[in-house]
Amino acid sequence: MKKTIGFSVNGNSVEVEVRPHWPLLRVLRDELELTGAKPGCGEGECGACTVLVDGIAVNSCIYPVLEVEGREVATIEGLADKDNRLHPIQQAFLDKAGVQCGFCTPGMIMSVKALLEENLNPTEDQIRHAVAGNMCRCTGYVQIIESVRHAAGLMSQSKE
Amino acid sequence: MRTFEYLKPVTVQEALDLLDRYGEKARLIAGGTDAMVMWKQKKISPDFFISLRNVTDLNSIKVQGDLTIGSGTTHRSLELSPEIRKDFPVITDAVVNLGSVQVRNSATIGGNICTAAPSADTAPPLLVLETMVNIIASKGGRSVPIDEFFTGPSQTVLEPGEIVTDFHIARPLPNTGMAYWKHTRRKAMDLPILGVAALISFEDDLKTCKKVRIGLGVAAPTPMRAKQAEAFLEGKVLEAGVLEEAGKIAVGEAQPRTSVRGSEWYRKELIGVLLKRVALICQERAKGAADK
Repeated sequence: MKKTIGFSVNGNSVEVEVRPHWPLLRVLRDELELTGAKPGCGEGECGACTVLVDGIAVNSCIYPVLEVEGREVATIEGLADKDNRLHPIQQAFLDKAGVQCGFCTPGMIMSVKALLEENLNPTEDQIRHAVAGNMCRCTGYVQIIESVRHAAGLMSQSKE
Repeated sequence: MRTFEYLKPVTVQEALDLLDRYGEKARLIAGGTDAMVMWKQKKISPDFFISLRNVTDLNSIKVQGDLTIGSGTTHRSLELSPEIRKDFPVITDAVVNLGSVQVRNSATIGGNICTAAPSADTAPPLLVLETMVNIIASKGGRSVPIDEFFTGPSQTVLEPGEIVTDFHIARPLPNTGMAYWKHTRRKAMDLPILGVAALISFEDDLKTCKKVRIGLGVAAPTPMRAKQAEAFLEGKVLEAGVLEEAGKIAVGEAQPRTSVRGSEWYRKELIGVLLKRVALICQERAKGAADK
C-alpha cells in the first residue's frame, strides 16, 4: 500500500508516493532523481548515503522514509547556490584535493556541513570525530582533513 | 512483496494501544539503526513497525541530583549533554565512540538496552550506576533493576505490550569516580572486543574503596556485574596488587566466548588489564571532583 507524504528537499516542497519499507535514500535517488547521496553498504556503516534531516546527519539508507514527513532534508544537490557557485565546502574539497574517486564525497561533505554549522573552528580531533562515519576507500583522509580546515577558513571569512 | 506498515504514534498511550492491537505482529522501532538493518537482512519481518521516534515524552535528560534519561534519547544528545559529562562521565565514555555521528543522531539508549546485545555499550555504565528501568504497559507499570533486565543475548524481561519509558539513576555518593573503557580496534563504527565500566566511591582519603561497582560487556551472554570482584575491593586501598587480584576474581565470574572480534583467552586477559585501567581513571576523576 503506497502512501503519499510531503516533505522539503533542499528548500523545495515535494509530495511523493512511497512504500513504507523504503528507506529515504531510495526515495531520493529513484523517485526524486537526486543521485548525489550514494548507496554503499546499505546498513549504516559507510556513510556514503549521508544527508541532513532537520540539520542533523543521518544514514539515509536505513532511515525510514515515513519519518521525513513534514521535515527538511538537505542533500549535496542543495549546496551550490542558484548561479551554480559552489558552496565553500565543495570549493575547499576541490582546492585541497579532498576528492579522489568521489564516491564518498557527497556524504562526507554533508557530515562536514553538519559539523561546520555548529563549529567553524574545529580541531583536527573534532574533524576526525565528525567524519568517522564516512568511509573513504581511496583512503585520502589527510587531504579530506585539510579540505575541512580550508572550508572552515573560507566559511569564517565569508561570515566576517 | 515483503513490506510492513509503519505506524507513528505521538504519545506513549497511543504506542501502547497499537502494541495491544497488533501484538506479536508488531515490533517497536526507535532510531532504527539496528531494526532497519535486521529487517533488510531478513532477520525480522514484522507486519507492523511501531515507531517511538515521535513520542516526544520519551526524549529527555533530567538531572536534579538524580538522573532520568528517557528511553528515546539519542546517543548524540547524551554525548553532547554537559550535565552528563560532568556528573555521569561513564555514560559519556560509552556513547562518544558508539557508531558514528550519523548513527548516534538516530540510535537511542532505549534501543541499545532493549536490543540487548552482549556488546551494548550503554549497558555496563547503566549497570554500575544501578539503574532502574521503568517500564509501562496498558495494564500498569513496573520497575526492574538493570541487573535483572537482561536474560540472554537479545533477550530481556520485557513482555509483549511493554515499553521501556526511562532509566532512573540515583545521585552517586561524594568522592565517586566512574569510567568506561571500550576496547576496540577502531575508534568508530566498531563493537567492543570487551567493555569494562567501574564506579568507585572512595573514603575521604580518596584511596580506600567504600563502594565498588563493576560492569562488563561482551564477557558473558549478557552484560554483567562482577559482584565478587566488587565485594573484594570494598574496604581495600586501591593499589596495583589489590587490582591484580580483583581482576582475577572478575575473570572467574565472567564467561567470555571466542568470536570474530576476539578469543576467550584474549577477553579474559583484557578483563584484568582494563579493570585496572578504569579503576585508576575512577580514582583520578574522584580526585578531580574533590579538587573543584
